[in-house]
Amino acid sequence: MTTTATEIGRDRRRKEDQRLITGRTRWTDNMTLPGMLHLAMVRSPFAHARITSIDTSAAAAAPNVVSVVTGAELGEEMGVLINAWPITPDQVAPVHTPMAVDRATFAGEIVAVVVARSAAAARDAAELVDVEYDELPAALDLKEAAADTVLAHPDLGTNKSAYWVFDSAAAGTGGDVEEAIGTARADGIVIEREYRQQRLIPAFMEPRSVVVDPTGEQLTVWSATQIPHILRFAMAATLGIPESKLRVIAPDVGGGFGGKLQTTPEEWLAVVLARRLGKPVKFTETRSESLISGHHGRDQWQKLTLAATKDGTVTGLKVELLADLGSHVSLVGGGVPVLGAFMFNAIYKFPAYHFACQTVLTNKTWTDAYRGAGRPEATFAIERLMDELAAELGVDPLVVREQNWIKHEEFPFTTVAGLEYDSGNYEAATARAKELFGYDELRAEQQRRRDADDPVQLGIGISTFTEMCGLAPSRVLGQLDYGAGGWEHASVRMLATGKVEVITGASAHGQGHETAFSQIVADRLGVAFEDVEVLHGDTQIAAKGLDTYGSRSLVVGGEALVRAADKVIEKARPIAAHLLEASVEDLEFSGGTFSVRGTDAGMAIGEIATAVFAAHNLPDGVEPSLDSDATYDPVNFSFPHGTHLCAVEVDTETGRVRMRSYVCVDDVGNIINPLIVAGQVHGGLVQGIAQALWEEAVYDDSGTLVSGSFVDYLLPTAADTISFEIDHTTTPSTTNTLGTKGVGEAGTIASTPAVVNAVVDAVRHLGVHDIAMPCTPERVWRAIHMSSSAEGADQ
Amino acid sequence: MTRISLTVDGQQVVDDVEPRMLLVQYLRERLGKTGTVIGCDTSNCGACTVHLDGRSVKSCNVLAVQADGSEVTTIEGLASNGQLHPVQEAFRECHGLQCGFCTPGMIMQSVDLLEENPDPTEQEIRLGLEGNLCRCTGYHNIVRSVQAAAKGATS
Ligand code: FES
Ligand code: FES
Repeated sequence: MTTTATEIGRDRRRKEDQRLITGRTRWTDNMTLPGMLHLAMVRSPFAHARITSIDTSAAAAAPNVVSVVTGAELGEEMGVLINAWPITPDQVAPVHTPMAVDRATFAGEIVAVVVARSAAAARDAAELVDVEYDELPAALDLKEAAADTVLAHPDLGTNKSAYWVFDSAAAGTGGDVEEAIGTARADGIVIEREYRQQRLIPAFMEPRSVVVDPTGEQLTVWSATQIPHILRFAMAATLGIPESKLRVIAPDVGGGFGGKLQTTPEEWLAVVLARRLGKPVKFTETRSESLISGHHGRDQWQKLTLAATKDGTVTGLKVELLADLGSHVSLVGGGVPVLGAFMFNAIYKFPAYHFACQTVLTNKTWTDAYRGAGRPEATFAIERLMDELAAELGVDPLVVREQNWIKHEEFPFTTVAGLEYDSGNYEAATARAKELFGYDELRAEQQRRRDADDPVQLGIGISTFTEMCGLAPSRVLGQLDYGAGGWEHASVRMLATGKVEVITGASAHGQGHETAFSQIVADRLGVAFEDVEVLHGDTQIAAKGLDTYGSRSLVVGGEALVRAADKVIEKARPIAAHLLEASVEDLEFSGGTFSVRGTDAGMAIGEIATAVFAAHNLPDGVEPSLDSDATYDPVNFSFPHGTHLCAVEVDTETGRVRMRSYVCVDDVGNIINPLIVAGQVHGGLVQGIAQALWEEAVYDDSGTLVSGSFVDYLLPTAADTISFEIDHTTTPSTTNTLGTKGVGEAGTIASTPAVVNAVVDAVRHLGVHDIAMPCTPERVWRAIHMSSSAEGADQ
Repeated sequence: MTRISLTVDGQQVVDDVEPRMLLVQYLRERLGKTGTVIGCDTSNCGACTVHLDGRSVKSCNVLAVQADGSEVTTIEGLASNGQLHPVQEAFRECHGLQCGFCTPGMIMQSVDLLEENPDPTEQEIRLGLEGNLCRCTGYHNIVRSVQAAAKGATS
């Protein structure tokens, strides 16, 4: 029997791994059901085109084809996809049908579906569907689209979807930004920059897949999704299927990163066709389909104006964003920039802030959450600006940060964006990071290389980031017009054998919930780690939940678990007293055992569970069950932070960037499993670094995604990356029992500006002050070699 | 249809397959060896990596008919007598996986890498795994896993 609190903080090897390392996994695409039919999608090759005719006869006559359907034919039967976050009451949004009816609005949109007895037959027949298009002018460039030069949806009359504003003076959380900028223009420093957040593709490794079984009373949907619960609700709401008749299962899911936080056309069509044909159906996308039709991320223009006094104290920030929604306003796509709105002020305490965002429809793949969702964009902007301010002042970029950040003794601190940061210690994280990094030595080396005119220059990049995790207090979401709450649900079932079954409404896809949640419950109940089983990702087992995204599973779901476990203990207490023939007041619970104070008498919670199962000898009026539920609504976000330092070498002759070292010290609050936390940080770092250096979803002038396969969309490989040095400082969150803050997105949020700051730092003395992402050798080379004629280099 | 005969994870199989059927499809769809997975359609991701006559191959890049007369080992045949292969063990020990989708391919590639070079440097490991993509781990702990397996084998 374990004693108190031995599990939390322990490097437990993961329970999930046995099946994953032996290939005994349950991916959705592994499913085969009797009589199962397969879908293949016919997709528009054009970004914007009127569909003049679709001839399905040849495909329908092909061997093993069961049915070929078009949008016009399915009509209302196919339902619509929902937008759960209309950010303004007057948001303009086209109706989002799962399949085009008479107009295709991005290259990759589904225009017909073939159903056949095998996947190969379906794919072959899809080639035979003859679609005639009338190509229409496409809205592709974000800035041009924002000016309504070409309309993505002519019937809407505009591409402008929603305009969302936060102003600290209006909100009463700070002063007037125009005033701050005016003062700085007269007697201070104003930094004006425009940054591009390029379009990225989440590129989870498991392609999306859906299997639907319509036999029996219930419709069962297996999907490679992050959000089985939200999916069930959305399908029930739009497809006329009672929620109770829908069971959604997310079996093993191979990564998501926000990319599987979506309700997809393919899922809708699979359900509709399974229902129509009365047979199980499966659809698994190819990688190319995944890249063109799974939602993309980022894609913003950021116009920034930072005001500061002459000594470098920031006095205000004005942010004007254009955000590319793509062809439709997807599940939470419109809200992504709004999540960033609260993070541009980051760890700094300037007094005036204005944020305005215009979301824009284009004829590209729709965008939505990608790891960090809004917060990486915000963090990039402010961390780049702090470097620019330091350069303007001629001081070390860490100095200007320290001058402006919230001091550890100032917590809790209400920011200019209106959030209350509960805890943090930026000084401690930065001091530790500097030490691990060898900051002063590297600065000295940088100087030597500059003095020697070394063709290979050293750059040092800094990012002192924070983020908001634990999405989210339901009341706040309501104020932001989000369509749901932010609570999470958990159940703890005490089995007759004394073992424990834990059910969480969070839905893991690589995060290790089975392990970390076992640790939490094992500690709380004082049972063995091995005796706890965590179940999730099936709406019939985990009946309530809001799934996994926004680094919420531990902070919100973990707290729900703690509360459910505590209820188990409270239910067991009177029963223990009865069985031990003692009074409740004389009992104490520790290390999994109720004992009578001052005696040897005691009973383990597992033994009580067995006694409750038999129910032969319970106190009068006590129900024979210890099982408990808790639904927890967070009272605040959590605010992990950290200091990331990156050293790069830039070859000024070739423009090549080589990562040399990367140190990060993150404060994620208390840590349940250090091994899992480290893994989250490493993976996050590489995704953020990839935005800085390699990845970009590129469209050609006709609106075709050029980077539509893994040949062209450059995911980093092991050979591109380096080993990282990571460490932690800890200021526990004060708003949840475990003191945790969340770690799923930290690495991604912090690393992009750290790397770009490093690249710019390496060549700043050559007159460069910006390089657009990704910082390819060509862009770096151009920036260096054109800096004398133009200022910086934007593209 | 073409008749093929091969050994998969120690078991002899004889089958008629369409000439265009890929080895990965054959493994997954005919033999139910769903431990081997498909991550791309351009032979870039390595998720489908298996051993063909003792060397790693991307099974999406090999036709089933080409495996005729060969010995194929998948992730499901790597452990022997219920004993995990040291590389499997190392991936668990070093947290070399998160979602686990790349893992079968990563492990099969790592086994091959270590057979070729039992004591690789970090850079040799990184280059040896260049054909296998992972979106979760940032490769850091995958490299550690291979180092740990090498160390276990050489010490
Ligand atoms: S499936 Fe990607 S390389 Fe084989
Ligand atoms: S562990 Fe998820 S792709 Fe590698």
